[in-house]
Amino acid sequence: MDLTSLLTQKKAAILDGWFDRIVASYPPDSAKMLKKNDRFSNPLGSTLFREIDRLFDELLTGGVHVDRVTLSLDSLMRIKAVQDFAPSEAIGFVFSLKEAIRSNLTAELQEDGLAKDLVVYESRIDELALISFDVYMKCREAIFQLKTDELKRQTHKLLERANRIGGTAQK
Amino acid sequence: MSKVPPAAELAKIDHQPPETPWMGTPVEFRPGTWCYSGKPKVVEELGLPNAREWSPADEDWKLPDGWQKIIYEGFKERLGKYRSLKIFMDICVRCGACADKCHFFLGTGDPKNMPVLRAELLRSVYRKDFTTAGKILGGFAGARELTVDVLKEWFYYFYQCTECRRCSVFCPYGIDTAEVTMMARELLHLVGVNINWILEPAANCSRTGNHLGLQPHTFRDCIDSLCEDIEEVTGLHIEVPLNKKGAEVLFLTPSADVFADPGIYTFMGYILLFEHIGLDYTMTTYASEGGNFGLFTNQETMKKLNAKMYAEAKRLGVKWILGGECGHMWRVIHQYMDTMNGPADFLEVPVSPITGTKFENAKSTKMVHITEFTADLIQHNKLKLDPHRNNHRTVTFHDSCNTSRAMGLFEEPRYILKNVVNNFHEMPETTIREQTFCCGSGTGLNTDEYMEMRMRGGFPRANAVKHVHEKHGVDLLSCICAIDRATLSTLMQYWVPMVDAAGVHELVGNALVMEGENERTTDLREEPLADVEGEDDAV
Repeated sequence: MDLTSLLTQKKAAILDGWFDRIVASYPPDSAKMLKKNDRFSNPLGSTLFREIDRLFDELLTGGVHVDRVTLSLDSLMRIKAVQDFAPSEAIGFVFSLKEAIRSNLTAELQEDGLAKDLVVYESRIDELALISFDVYMKCREAIFQLKTDELKRQTHKLLERANRIGGTAQK
Repeated sequence: MSKVPPAAELAKIDHQPPETPWMGTPVEFRPGTWCYSGKPKVVEELGLPNAREWSPADEDWKLPDGWQKIIYEGFKERLGKYRSLKIFMDICVRCGACADKCHFFLGTGDPKNMPVLRAELLRSVYRKDFTTAGKILGGFAGARELTVDVLKEWFYYFYQCTECRRCSVFCPYGIDTAEVTMMARELLHLVGVNINWILEPAANCSRTGNHLGLQPHTFRDCIDSLCEDIEEVTGLHIEVPLNKKGAEVLFLTPSADVFADPGIYTFMGYILLFEHIGLDYTMTTYASEGGNFGLFTNQETMKKLNAKMYAEAKRLGVKWILGGECGHMWRVIHQYMDTMNGPADFLEVPVSPITGTKFENAKSTKMVHITEFTADLIQHNKLKLDPHRNNHRTVTFHDSCNTSRAMGLFEEPRYILKNVVNNFHEMPETTIREQTFCCGSGTGLNTDEYMEMRMRGGFPRANAVKHVHEKHGVDLLSCICAIDRATLSTLMQYWVPMVDAAGVHELVGNALVMEGENERTTDLREEPLADVEGEDDAV
């Protein structure tokens, strides 16, 4: 069996492993609760699960389609960018997919000589990590922008009046 | 230079946080997760103790000598004064019903944001100081000493609760975490641990009448400017009466409505409505703030700031008070004002001069919520409305925590929306009405240095908005709270960028067909209307 078929066959187990590794970066008491897959009562856990599922499917299709993976990565990084993670920790979840794959295919990788194919998949995962970094930075920059925009909105009329009095701005 | 570990060792990064018990995990103050401390001048102005320069990021918080004793005495006093606090300290059975209900827990994944654990931060000290089991058994009975680290933990987590009371909806005992947080913040104030974003508006209100400290002429100037904007959209010249003695109704609203975007458009809606029905009303430049940041400080400050509402009503000789769209303002009015500064015997039971409806629900406070007033006008067919003018928007409604869980005000805003908007879609039922998710920035946490935490706390709300945005194309999140209008705009900008926030009366203002107005080509934001001719009503 080729590696793509194997990964497809073992998708559920690999995704579980990946998900567990991601939620392990949260305190244990919370990690348990993040496993409930309900979009509204557990937005964090359900977003993680939905998007890693999409990313995994994308890897299986044979390449990394930048626009599509960016959408999924945006949903994930938007969360990580405001939580208590250093940038390396925020992006680190991508690499834990490598561990999830290896630990689920230990025997197959040795016996069937699939290691060479695995390198191809791992390169795609590296590519995902690089895109994650771009997305992460975009989210961080968005936070800085939020602060500026909010400040302007908070005093909208006063600024408008002040400018008008100074004759520097047109309404 | 330090030695670089071998590659094999580097690869063994453990992403799992260390498994320390919650009592043994101290707080780390990262930027974006805490608010700046109260400026000494502001603290002094409010008569609060221990005014000094300090920062939560400092190791030394410059606490007063004997601070533990001050907290102990303060705790004791409050346990004696408020039976609810004593009960909330004693009765939790840790059933876990509240654990996953807090928006801050759902957005941070931090277990100390589970309401049960947040209250436990206070309870553990309560047990040590006030229960026999805790005094004797200490840690075995869940008790602990009040140390500087514990105090820092209180500050961190009790300013990560917006007193939204969603958890209390699910608590089988009805434990109100909001009240626990209120008490914790009061205790922190006793030793000078506070945040500026709450205290400065409170001090400004106390001195000048509103959060920014706008003086009467500036307040008037802002309102005049909004009237000019109304004239641009409608062609109508309207004047807002200020400090008019003998008016029938006093109208009070959060000051942000007169100067902050997008609250100003809601304000324009109010003004058009009053003009439309010919209401005999006045606003006041002295009680020029509906909001009350005293609610987030202590009972005394809340009472003082609230008192000006009745004082101005008396001075101006009005019959009753109409209140604008605000969240915590209404919690204060609905739950505390009557016993705190009432009874307002000098006022009359509110009667709508247009419909004759007597607002029996406001018999005691003499203060009516504007959505009750407008819904009644619509019910009696007193408003000429053209909902097509909102066809360029697809709208949903966010129940504000205070108006929903503290007042039960669910139907009135929805009834109004049904009459002024053609395209409306509700968010999922577990995220609205009494189960509504907080904006994540209430209780005076709507400051920019706290942005990361606000985005976490607002994530569950944004997640539900994203759902209706994707499913129905919702692009406007309406609400009836000034803090919501400001902070949901920011929240949407981050999580669901195609969605704006607006007050319900902005949409009323768009739909009102005014006598003698020009044909409207834009909404109150001066954005073009949808092509009314070619528009299909049913979307």
